[in-house]
Amino acid sequence: MTAVPAEEAPSWQDEILPILKSFDVRHLVYVPDAGHASAIREAEKDNGITSLALTTEEEGIGYLSGAWLGGERGALLMQSSGVGNCLNTLALQTMSRFPLLMLVTMRGDWAEFNPWQNPMGQATEAALKLMGVRTWRADQPEEVAHLVHGAATMAFNGDEACAVLLGQSLIGEKKWVK
Amino acid sequence: MTMTGSLDRRAVTAKLLEDRGDLLVVTGLGSPSYDVMAAGDHDLNYYLWAAMGSAATVGFGLAMTQREKPVLVLTGDGEMLMGLGALASIGQKLPPNLTIAVLDNGHYGETGMQTSHTGRDIELARFAEAANFPWTRVVTDMDGVADLRARMQSQSGTSFAAIKIAAENLPRALPPRDGVHVKNRFRAALGLSTI
Repeated sequence: MTAVPAEEAPSWQDEILPILKSFDVRHLVYVPDAGHASAIREAEKDNGITSLALTTEEEGIGYLSGAWLGGERGALLMQSSGVGNCLNTLALQTMSRFPLLMLVTMRGDWAEFNPWQNPMGQATEAALKLMGVRTWRADQPEEVAHLVHGAATMAFNGDEACAVLLGQSLIGEKKWVK
Repeated sequence: MTMTGSLDRRAVTAKLLEDRGDLLVVTGLGSPSYDVMAAGDHDLNYYLWAAMGSAATVGFGLAMTQREKPVLVLTGDGEMLMGLGALASIGQKLPPNLTIAVLDNGHYGETGMQTSHTGRDIELARFAEAANFPWTRVVTDMDGVADLRARMQSQSGTSFAAIKIAAENLPRALPPRDGVHVKNRFRAALGLSTI
């Protein structure tokens, strides 16, 4: 089976990187997901941003902690399954309080084809909250820019961990064909 | 087969930190944090007390922002084993000012000296080599430590060393546990504000 590729990224995807840049984000670190494709593609082309693929999401917490020690801001992009990989490492943010902005595309959330995605997807927001991360959810395209702006403001002005969850209904149903 | 080295971890650490200049140091949780503390607390030390597996990535992010200063990640074999993927991530960028030095005693010293993978003939330096680090070494004597120090200070390419130390638990020298304090004094020493 192969996934049908998205024909064209919806416009809310294109709004994310300019907002991050308006907050002087210099590092975009990620484990890729289709919902982040536009931001990753544009960051790769941008000489003002270091874009970095991670082997596992918690690497991004360490990397952004180090980048902040050195004086620069970043953001961490992942799919909801990656939140589970991050939990112990979030102690680094809790104990040293550096700005951690996470954008999380959801699976196991709405019209999920693959039930193996459901356990982590259903636990994602609660797991983040348990570890002290502040969360917001975007399910409509017009909410995305507003919520990313708000989360970035609170992360970078308050040395806080803030996550925006980008709902699966926003991203669209993943179609599978044989 | 359990393999261990013979070098004194405190002597190795003191040698690496000798005349440190602008060196920025990140330590992995447990004994490497104590070793660096025992060599003398410093505003440009960042000690991890948890987040096992993160020492290399913290040092990586730091090296990618403070490009003109040498960055040393000093950690243990167990801590490095938990973050092996980080070597692949670092291998994509290879900041020339980054050095990862593993105090490798082949054991989990904090938890009762259980044998680790490196104590069973798994060589960490080969992972770094596979990740395209231009300089990797297995260090077994103090001349090798001096070479590593010179390489680190010259910032002439991403470096990785597995330093074969004796498996022993030395008296602990506890670094500050207030992470916010350690972070803020580190940033202040670089001329950066708190937020």
